[in-house]
Amino acid sequence: MLKASHKTGLVFFPAFDWAIGPTHPEREERLLYTRDQVFEEGILDVEGIREYRPELASVEDVQRVHFCVPDVDSAMTESHYISAGGAMTIGRAVLDGEIERGFALVRPPGHHAMRMVHGGRGFCNVNNEAIMIEALRRRYGIRRVAIVDTDCHHGDGTQDIYWHDPDTLFISIHQDGRTLYPGSGFPEEQGGPNALGTTINIPLPPNTSDAGYLEIVRDTVLPILEEFEPELIVNSAGQDNHFSDPLTNMNFTARGYAELTTLLKPHIAVLEGGYSIEGALPYVNMGIILAMAGLDYGQVIEPDLCPESIAQSPEVGDYVRRLGELTRRNWRERHDRMAALRANGQRLQRRSRRIHYDTSGISERQEETVRLCERCGGALRIESTADQGWPVLAVHIPPHACEDCRRTGRDWFEEGKRGRFGRVFLQDRPEDRFEIA
Amino acid sequence: MIIGLDVGGTHTDVVLLDPSGPVERTKVPTDETDLFRSILSGLDRILDGRDPGGIERIVLSTTLTTNAIVRDRVEPAGVLVCAGPGMDPELFRAGPHYHRVSGAMDHRGREIQPLDQDQIRTLAVRLGEQGIRHVAVVGKFSSRNPAHETRIAELIAPYVERVFMGHRTSGNLNFPRRIATAFLDASVYPIHRAFFEAVGAALREKGLTAPVHVMKADGGTMSLEASIESPGQTLLSGPAASIMGALPAACTDEDVVVLDIGGTTTDIAVLVGGVPLLQPLGIEIGPFKTLIRSLETRSIGIGGDSHVRVREGRLEIGPDRGGPPRALGGPEVTPTDAFVALGELESGDPALARAGIAEIGAALGLDERSAAQSIVEIACERILAAVDRMLARIDGQPVYTVHEMLEGYRVRPARILVLGGPAERFAPHLAAQARLPVSLVPDWGVANAIGAAMARTTCEVGLVADTERGLVSLSNGDAQWRCDRRYTREDALRQAGEALRALALASGADAEDMDMEVTEDLQFNIVNGFSTTGRNIRIGLQIKPGLIRGYRPSTSTPRSDPC
Ligand SMILES: [Zn+2]
Ligand SMILES: [Zn+2]
Repeated sequence: MLKASHKTGLVFFPAFDWAIGPTHPEREERLLYTRDQVFEEGILDVEGIREYRPELASVEDVQRVHFCVPDVDSAMTESHYISAGGAMTIGRAVLDGEIERGFALVRPPGHHAMRMVHGGRGFCNVNNEAIMIEALRRRYGIRRVAIVDTDCHHGDGTQDIYWHDPDTLFISIHQDGRTLYPGSGFPEEQGGPNALGTTINIPLPPNTSDAGYLEIVRDTVLPILEEFEPELIVNSAGQDNHFSDPLTNMNFTARGYAELTTLLKPHIAVLEGGYSIEGALPYVNMGIILAMAGLDYGQVIEPDLCPESIAQSPEVGDYVRRLGELTRRNWRERHDRMAALRANGQRLQRRSRRIHYDTSGISERQEETVRLCERCGGALRIESTADQGWPVLAVHIPPHACEDCRRTGRDWFEEGKRGRFGRVFLQDRPEDRFEIA
Repeated sequence: MIIGLDVGGTHTDVVLLDPSGPVERTKVPTDETDLFRSILSGLDRILDGRDPGGIERIVLSTTLTTNAIVRDRVEPAGVLVCAGPGMDPELFRAGPHYHRVSGAMDHRGREIQPLDQDQIRTLAVRLGEQGIRHVAVVGKFSSRNPAHETRIAELIAPYVERVFMGHRTSGNLNFPRRIATAFLDASVYPIHRAFFEAVGAALREKGLTAPVHVMKADGGTMSLEASIESPGQTLLSGPAASIMGALPAACTDEDVVVLDIGGTTTDIAVLVGGVPLLQPLGIEIGPFKTLIRSLETRSIGIGGDSHVRVREGRLEIGPDRGGPPRALGGPEVTPTDAFVALGELESGDPALARAGIAEIGAALGLDERSAAQSIVEIACERILAAVDRMLARIDGQPVYTVHEMLEGYRVRPARILVLGGPAERFAPHLAAQARLPVSLVPDWGVANAIGAAMARTTCEVGLVADTERGLVSLSNGDAQWRCDRRYTREDALRQAGEALRALALASGADAEDMDMEVTEDLQFNIVNGFSTTGRNIRIGLQIKPGLIRGYRPSTSTPRSDPC
């Protein structure tokens, strides 16, 4: 009797009736051939592998993470509620001990969705992983979480949400932003002043193969994870590093993905991008599922794989080695850098940004202010103006906020109500409350 | 009139029915070494003095194939598989004569590795030399393109007696189950063939010429001729027959739970609007998970003869059976003894039953009456809990579209129907505990024979059209034909409908009585670059299980209590 050595849960929600547009990469049949392969392999009959029906995320679940302008329902379609809910279903099953690991094969994806949501970015409206993690933190009281984003695009949305959170280690491995959307994710992006070092970006050069990718994971990512000691490891499992992906320039294979999953041992994987719907997704997803369950994936080989044509050049190999060294050094020196940053006695730190919502064609201006704090992630305020509509103010009080940061956050909210804003939002996480004025 | 003939391992039951119900029934011993005589003697008793011309339909059910698989008493069968990328096909090994050969198809039915004809011929010669007469040939994704399976079958035909091809078993995707199903077909073929020949000879001997149908696990029937092509379809058809026997008592405008209470187990099934729910994939038998369509049933190890005992101060019932009840001189106390002790059933020696119940009572610190009541209450409680679990599981089944997720039908049963040997005793106690009304199916003791006799022919087809490749493939057959880019979903529905109709007629269906249902209806653009280059259309059609015309209730009012 075929048996999984790790109890593994799957949520499979291909959303066969939802698309951004008829020929858009994020369209109905994206997971069709993956479904065919998963069903044909009979993987759901393997003892120890269980399929779950996704739940629907609630408006409250979304508001725990995002500020949606004008409201949550405008940001979400039904498919988004199911996609985020699917990730939550796997998360709960893991923390309830029903399964050791789980994979939410859901669409639409979410890792480009930031804390402020005026529209869709990079095919994403809301962040499935963050909605899941914050629901799990609320329900199970877990604190330290690591997210390893292996999508080929920089996980700029997840990075934004956890930029100031010292309890969340966010590692994004992606194709260099100088050559690919969204153009961010460089090694010097390391997190806000209260969480310096817990954001890690590893931009790989185009044409990196299995060898380089797995070397980074083995020599750099795993030691950092071990030191961080997360209670939960989440993998944003994008599949667009594949050699056949039409949007990217990497040379990763299905067996490479399986190997990566074996090394990383994520508790929860959530599907992100990946648009080679015939040549890659069926095989990559099989590889990930088999690896999660501890089953043999030696024969998961793409029919059009030609190992010689995707062999890694020595130049790429050298570049990857140096990138690993740099990443490890940044990690070792993070405490010194944080101390240096605080030495000037500043109490608040500001940054201004322009954010483009390419999927919806909206442009936003943000003025972000964080309270520098040694005891928590710090109260956060975002003044946001989209090119259509009134400025809004969004205030975030992090889950384990200290008394001072809580007071600061509430003061900002009260002041904001009397100000020039069209809308004022408060995300009061210690109270698990969301207010709109 | 209809003859229902149930050939079991020990007994053969024969019933004669007219539209009002059973008019004649008999039981004769089954001699597996002389099936012809066993069947003939059963028919003799039923037909005594009757005109064979008045018989318009004959329905068979058999547990011979099921028993053979469960006891692992089948002739060895060969298996040839071609796999391609994915899991190691060695993991799905069925029997010692299992071989992987070169050749692979992908998910759209495109060849990604060709066959090696010499390799196949060499293996065929070896199988022939080893005395293997029946061979299953199964390819991954063969339901998308059967070309490899049909070619292998051609190549090995000269060396073996019969070949069973995987794509004929079902249009569903599941390679390991397809292997198991074709392997079971090949394994039980000799046994079913002997049955087939004995039945044919016995019917001819009696001058019976009515159409002959064989019961399947999905609550439907197939013609005797069709059964020789897929003998595995007769496996586990017994429980389905009983469930079909409850249909005349069910309303067509509500959902109903059916409990078939037997000696050691209770089978639970669900009818939605008078139609039994089918399992998503197929039966499980012994170590085999298959694509043999079946009714969605759950079995719980509690029945009239379940072993009752006290362990660590707690009452335990089943799942084992220790023999007949105490009242009949058996070794262990059973729920039947509790009914006897309560004075609700006359059976055997009440003193023996009461003594047994008193033992249980002593271990629990209860008097005899309270102990008997506890046994019955707990048995009912466990059955009803299993019903709740099954309903929750049905409602929790995954769905794959936003529409299904939001509009998903939730089963809301309005009633529980009870049948089977001890049903009459259990029914009032179940009624006392259940949140739903409980009613007893009329003819609750022979419902299985009635169900089999009145079940209609079922079948299914799957059609996949790939307009980019210009190809339409049909499962459950070898048919493939060309299509152009203008081929639409409507064309696919029409062609699938014609195919289903033809298949149903070949399987013995009544042309005027086909309740067709769409089980899958999906279409997708095939996009290359950023332009649409074709469509992938998938249609599933089936004839639902149900009762034949003239024998089903004409209105929504059942024959038992009013709804
Ligand atoms: Zn991506
Ligand atoms: Zn603070």
